[in-house]
Amino acid sequence: MLVPLSWLKEYVEIDCTPQELQDKLFSCGFEVEELTEVGKDISKVVVGLVEECEPIPDTHLSLCKVNAGEHGTFQICCGADNVHAGGKYPLALIGATVYATAKDHKTIEGVMEIRQGKLRGYDSFGMLCSGTELGLNDNLYPQAGYNGLLVLPQEAEPGADVKPMLGLDDWIFDIAITANRPDCQSIFGIAREVAAVLAKELKEPALDFTETEVKKEGFSVNVSAGDICPRYIAHYVYDVKIGESPDWMKRRLALVGIDAISNVVDITNYILKELGQPMHAFDDSYLKGNEINVRRAGDGEKIVTLDGKEFELNEENLVICDKEKPVALAGIMGGLNSEILDTTTEVMFESAKFARDNIRKSSRALGQSSDSSARFAKGVNEYTTVMAMKRALHLIEELDCGKVSSTHIDVNAGNSIEPQEMTVSVSKVNAVLGITVPDEEIVSILKNLDFAPELNGDELKLKIPAYREDMESYPDVAEEVIRMYGYEHVVPTFMPTAEVTLGGRNLKQKTELQIKKALCSAGAYEGIHYSFTSPADFELLRLKPDAKERKAIRIMNPINEDLSVMRTTLVAQMLHAISRNQKRGTLEGRIFELGKIFIPEELPIRNYPEERETICIGVFGENEDFFTLKGLTQTVADTLSIEFTYEADHKPFLHPYQTATILCDGEAVGYLGKLAYEIQDELDMRVPAYVAEINLKALTKYYGKSPVYQPLPKFAVENRDLALVMDKEITCAQVERVIFETCDYITSVKLFDVYEGVQLPPKKKSMAFTVVFTPKDEEFKAEMIDGFVSDILKNLGEKYGVVLRA
Amino acid sequence: MEDLHELSEKVSAIKQEIKSELEKLESSKGVYDYKKSILDNKTGKIGSLMKQMGKVPKELKADYGKKVNELKVWAQNHFDELDAKFKEQELRQRYEREKIDVTMPAKKHIHGNLHPVTQVTNQLIDIFASMGFEIYEGSEIETDYYNFTALNTPQDHPARDMQDTFYLSPEFLLRTQTSAGQIHVMEEKKPPIKIISPGKVFRSDDDATHSPMFTQMEGLVVDRGITLGDLKGMLDEIVRKIFGEGTTTRLRPSYFPFTEPSVEVDVSCFQCGGCGCNLCKGTGWIEVLGAGVVNNKVLEGCGIDTEQYSGFAFGVGLERIAMLKYGFNNIKLLFESDLRVLNQIDD
Repeated sequence: MLVPLSWLKEYVEIDCTPQELQDKLFSCGFEVEELTEVGKDISKVVVGLVEECEPIPDTHLSLCKVNAGEHGTFQICCGADNVHAGGKYPLALIGATVYATAKDHKTIEGVMEIRQGKLRGYDSFGMLCSGTELGLNDNLYPQAGYNGLLVLPQEAEPGADVKPMLGLDDWIFDIAITANRPDCQSIFGIAREVAAVLAKELKEPALDFTETEVKKEGFSVNVSAGDICPRYIAHYVYDVKIGESPDWMKRRLALVGIDAISNVVDITNYILKELGQPMHAFDDSYLKGNEINVRRAGDGEKIVTLDGKEFELNEENLVICDKEKPVALAGIMGGLNSEILDTTTEVMFESAKFARDNIRKSSRALGQSSDSSARFAKGVNEYTTVMAMKRALHLIEELDCGKVSSTHIDVNAGNSIEPQEMTVSVSKVNAVLGITVPDEEIVSILKNLDFAPELNGDELKLKIPAYREDMESYPDVAEEVIRMYGYEHVVPTFMPTAEVTLGGRNLKQKTELQIKKALCSAGAYEGIHYSFTSPADFELLRLKPDAKERKAIRIMNPINEDLSVMRTTLVAQMLHAISRNQKRGTLEGRIFELGKIFIPEELPIRNYPEERETICIGVFGENEDFFTLKGLTQTVADTLSIEFTYEADHKPFLHPYQTATILCDGEAVGYLGKLAYEIQDELDMRVPAYVAEINLKALTKYYGKSPVYQPLPKFAVENRDLALVMDKEITCAQVERVIFETCDYITSVKLFDVYEGVQLPPKKKSMAFTVVFTPKDEEFKAEMIDGFVSDILKNLGEKYGVVLRA
Repeated sequence: MEDLHELSEKVSAIKQEIKSELEKLESSKGVYDYKKSILDNKTGKIGSLMKQMGKVPKELKADYGKKVNELKVWAQNHFDELDAKFKEQELRQRYEREKIDVTMPAKKHIHGNLHPVTQVTNQLIDIFASMGFEIYEGSEIETDYYNFTALNTPQDHPARDMQDTFYLSPEFLLRTQTSAGQIHVMEEKKPPIKIISPGKVFRSDDDATHSPMFTQMEGLVVDRGITLGDLKGMLDEIVRKIFGEGTTTRLRPSYFPFTEPSVEVDVSCFQCGGCGCNLCKGTGWIEVLGAGVVNNKVLEGCGIDTEQYSGFAFGVGLERIAMLKYGFNNIKLLFESDLRVLNQIDD
């Protein structure tokens, strides 16, 4: 919120620098996001008295002798049409900074430094300035928008700095207001805080006015939606003369970014900024039936707002109506049908409290917003609602633009605007803070906040002003005390009264970290990707229309379509990550992600969906192959002390002959494979990629399984290498299983060579295995091993027609 | 039948032959092979002399044996001497052959890294675990109730505007804060409670410093007599461990619906030590987290007696910590899995 220092000073004496005030506001909870001097870009501009002014022949220029007091007298060439001898104008000295304007003399194009120049052969030692060149306009300073020199008052002293007399030495505080302090969403609200923090007296804005005898007979206000309009105040003003606002009001509005429109409209805008109460003014002559009705809109009811936009309403929208029709979209914008015009002579002022939630929702649903709706959405208080009406009527009189009738209607739910009593225990307040704030400090702080403290032993009686709706109980008081006393007084302690607790990761957290670390040891880097993704990924993965991955939860209000569905697989983002790396020139690498996929029971969701921890591993590069990735999946199994088995399978996005399902205890827990070439091409990958995805949640039952020590064999183990010839279709796993099942002395079967070629019949291959036999209670005899080997060969022969290679 | 004279001649001949043969040899392998042809019990020249012992008359056997043995020792010595010479020479040659350019690049075992955010998370978890905190993992999809209402942020609360929420249905949303986990913990567990809850959170925000998904760590302590001073004491400890000894904290007033009082916590700039630099934008302080004393309404909503118990809570953005600590300038870098980025951070 923008707060001009000059405006603030109307309510509170400020005897510190703007920077000191900034620090004080910061420490009591109001961060000044930006502190700017109004004339920050203007320097070395002084009052210049033109003593001589002669036209330069055949030009539009004048050659002037300008008296700048202590700075000297300078020859200046000036092109303005309003320069004349005896006039006083802003003079930018050599080295001064002012705004550079475009050819239109209006548009500011940056800051320029004034140098000695030469025009048409005449030296010029500075520049006489227009208002625009000083950053001014008609609202900020009378006549400053004139396309010529800015005329300074005759009493201005030549050589004096122009900034103070033009208000360019003013400061604007841009203050962030936290959501619990809507009462500070105004300049007067900030003034209250400044008065408290500087321990200065607060001057209330004038609220007095004189009601005439005139009444608007029979006028009534009916509020049928009291739940969302707890207070509605209307006051009738007549003999209205629409005109311009005074310079001081136009300037203040301009400083906070509001253009002056007309006195009555400016009064409502002024009060919005001064007190934080949005007001509305209706041209009363357009209100039909001598009544105002505050009600929910009917379905399909329409209104055209001040900006000419038409809206179709429903019962969620609150409207202000005359007898016949809506005349305002409550809290958001007035209707075009009752707008204040130059011809307006009667005004109905509205000051009301509308429920913040209703205004926010309506504003969002209709896509229509205003300063008023933004303000209402933050919450207004009825104390200010009442005060604002008084202030408006005062300003009507002060600006002499109308007469205040005695028709005043205040429809309210009986909420008090008197201070509310609250009693708290001082020791409880201190217990929140962990320190003992001296009683006199507490009392003084709360007094400055206008809480009227009365301390009696431990009992502290307060009268909370009605605008402080955030004050509910002792922790709130504690916060008020400490933010004014200073957080630097808080003494660090280390939970001296707390019980000792055991902390640390649980089994799941420990295990997941172990898996991650194991994968890192295997050369993979951990990546983290968004939990939401693009539905286009389903097409990328060539998923069938009924694929389970397509049953994904949609975000109702995504940032864009690419981030619109909760992921049901981690693989798509892994592929994008691999593709990104390759495009950026990294042509080999290993990445893994441990994240969640989201499996809804039904769509749209009505229960918490399953959030399934999943691990995805991606490898790419010319040195990677199916088996290097398989090794990484086994790293996961090894970490958990479990065994994975693999079966050939198919996935629409993987190589048809290099894809496997991963099983654990017969349960499918994942897959791995080489990325299909058509997808590799689509993603502009230069080198092949391999991906695996493992359902970690399905493996949690194995977490914490400790490896068990197997005693070392007492007798020598025996190894036998067997080269076996078989049909090409027979898999390594099939052969291994038969070998293993032959006898229980076999502790390891390891493939060490595969051969396919001319030395074998067609459609045959040879696989060579090392079989390890581990003795149990006695030493092996050679015949035993020979017996086992012939059993193995017999079994393999019977089952798969395998023979020993000759 | 040979007599000893004959033997002597044979011995001289063999010695002569060995001498001349040895001169022709060039390697220890040659010595080994030649030695075998001379000394082998069955086929060697000297070995076969021994075999003829049977045919030697009984009285000559002792002398015969002695002479053959002397020859054997003589030969053995010659072989050993030459073998040692060759072995030394061969070893030297082997070393020379294996000369390498030690300045060539190392063969490295590639070791991946945990994600920078995971690294920061782990560091924090380790510190908190040592202080007796357990780790609670909430769900990424939450209800409006747990994310807002139970945290003293009812439907009409203006604080809802502070966070742009992704909704999945009128009831379900993507949690905007790990604080959502607080309520689950307090519903399940009675004080003393000391938990931290790291996890992904989501807000509809997307620019160089905001990502629609980021990671937060929530902390919650509920026990007897917990104060704002305890919050400060604990935070002081944490920032010293994370950002280095000498780092201090500054509390300043702020607002969160679920804490009262609420504070923003700044740490003294660990780059410039507080004198002002580009990292702290000249202020000497860096905003790192939000915290406060748990609002009584939140505790009461979870059935915790506020006459007996109080607590504090804090929430910290972990990407922000990672960015500050490691100097990332764009949060997006953390979600792109660019290996050139990931391989730089091993802390």
